Amino acid sequence: MKAFMNVLKRKQPMNSELTTAFQIETGSSTEAFAKKEQSLEDKSRQKPLSAPGLTLKKVNVRYGDTNAIEGACLDIPSGSITALVGPSGCGKSSLLASISRMTDLTPQCQVSGEIFLGKDNILAKGTDLNRLRRRVGMVFQSPNPFPMSIEENIRFPLRDHGMRDESVIRKTIKNVLGDVGLWDEVKDRLGQSALALSGGQQQRLCIARCLALDPEVLLFDEPCSALDPLSSAKVETLIKGLKSRYTVLLVTHNLAQARRIADHVAVCWVQAGCGCIIESGDTRSIFERPVHPITQAFCQGLQG
Amino acid sequence: MRTNIWLTRGLRTAAWLSASILLFILLFLIQESSPLIGEIGLGPFFQADGWYPQEGAFQLTPMLLGSLFVAGGAVLLATPLGIIAALFGQFYAPPALARLYRGLMELLAGVPSVVFGFWGLVVLVPWINRLAPPGASLLAGALVLALMILPLVALTADAALAAVPQQYLRGAAAMGLSRWGTIQRITLPVAMPGILSGVVLQTGRALGETMAVLMVCGNVVQIPSSWFEPVRTLTANIALEMSYAVDQHRTALFISGLLLLLLTITLVAVASHFRRMQHE
Repeated sequence: MKAFMNVLKRKQPMNSELTTAFQIETGSSTEAFAKKEQSLEDKSRQKPLSAPGLTLKKVNVRYGDTNAIEGACLDIPSGSITALVGPSGCGKSSLLASISRMTDLTPQCQVSGEIFLGKDNILAKGTDLNRLRRRVGMVFQSPNPFPMSIEENIRFPLRDHGMRDESVIRKTIKNVLGDVGLWDEVKDRLGQSALALSGGQQQRLCIARCLALDPEVLLFDEPCSALDPLSSAKVETLIKGLKSRYTVLLVTHNLAQARRIADHVAVCWVQAGCGCIIESGDTRSIFERPVHPITQAFCQGLQG
Repeated sequence: MRTNIWLTRGLRTAAWLSASILLFILLFLIQESSPLIGEIGLGPFFQADGWYPQEGAFQLTPMLLGSLFVAGGAVLLATPLGIIAALFGQFYAPPALARLYRGLMELLAGVPSVVFGFWGLVVLVPWINRLAPPGASLLAGALVLALMILPLVALTADAALAAVPQQYLRGAAAMGLSRWGTIQRITLPVAMPGILSGVVLQTGRALGETMAVLMVCGNVVQIPSSWFEPVRTLTANIALEMSYAVDQHRTALFISGLLLLLLTITLVAVASHFRRMQHE
């Protein structure tokens, strides 16, 4: 909670600077940016700052003739961590990717149903994908920093989204690197290649890079499975600390991890050849009083 | 097991044979060139009054410059076009169009150079002649060569762009970054060594091209003062004079061949350096 207040304190002056900076600028993307910052500022006045939740209604993900996931319904409340667990190939990652429409990049992949981010159905035609992906940040299984310097990994996305004020960019770089606990580790070598960082540091940089764009939702696709236990623990703590400000959805293979950090859990399973969500609820009830027999077996480590 | 040993031996012999051919060519050229170099040294080839082989004046500079200008002009024209074509095929064209486009590029790469030369001679040269006579010129050569190397520059650039790790592109897409921003800051820098290696190899090809250049360049031995003046390249010189050259004249032609081979070897070394850069 203390960390949360600190963040707010830091955010407010920064936002007012942002808006003035952007009033000078012209261009549609910049205007959108400015508008967003404005609304964010309003939001942070009426505490607590809350990102919109996600609602999935009968979402199907198909690859050609194969159904990866069918009829997925799920409420992902804001300000908490929801974990998607289940065996490999049950469509969890496909479901996650459909929330930032990354599924559009896969030829032949079709997503149907409705996914509401706040009031907007993001699967609707005419959704501005670049804007959507700003609102919905995504962190991948293996860290994928861009092949450029540490600070450029954050500056480049900001500039691409229309931010031009170098002093604001510098401040954002410092803030987000601080948010992921990387500032003290890298502040003296911001100009060095991001690829020279350790795996855990790279993953935290990728998270920082997402945070810089001020998203509302953060999607994590097995963010720790390519990391050593120590880095994994750091990233886990970091994700836990982020939930107060963002809606967090986490795909994980690691049940213990889901139990440690998630507030809600949804269990995916393969039934009749395609993936579906068989049970969802808050973490305690899923682990202690599962209703579905498969959930029972899976959560006790008997199956899957 | 036995067949395996024989197969390995057979393959190894074949590999060594093809590798040693280059060595033999190099040795042959050196052997053929050495008498004249031994007699007058290397200096006269760059200091003589001109190219008067009957009188023993073997000034190679105008033809060396001719080769370099023609090839350089072609590379300057073909590189940006090739990169743009590859970017279009990789990132902007609908998949079906991109496939068609790639197919056309491969076809274009297969057109015999003499056909390009023929086209240059009957279409391009008269056209340039109307702009600035005589038409057969450095510009004509550079344009024809540019057309010849463009498809392979585009295809190698296309392959280099396709080899950019997907994880970078997915990362950029997931952050909602613009397509052009991603290309500019991620795709092109990562693919650049591969693209340059293709360009350098094609420079070598342009330097070595004979027939098309011979047909459109005018073949006057001079250092050109503008793009519209005729030039003679080293390759054209060899092709034009080898049939009647004797003694020192013949040896001088071998020396120009040796010069070309050394240039090309240097270019290949540069290209492989770029390729190593991409793998790192």
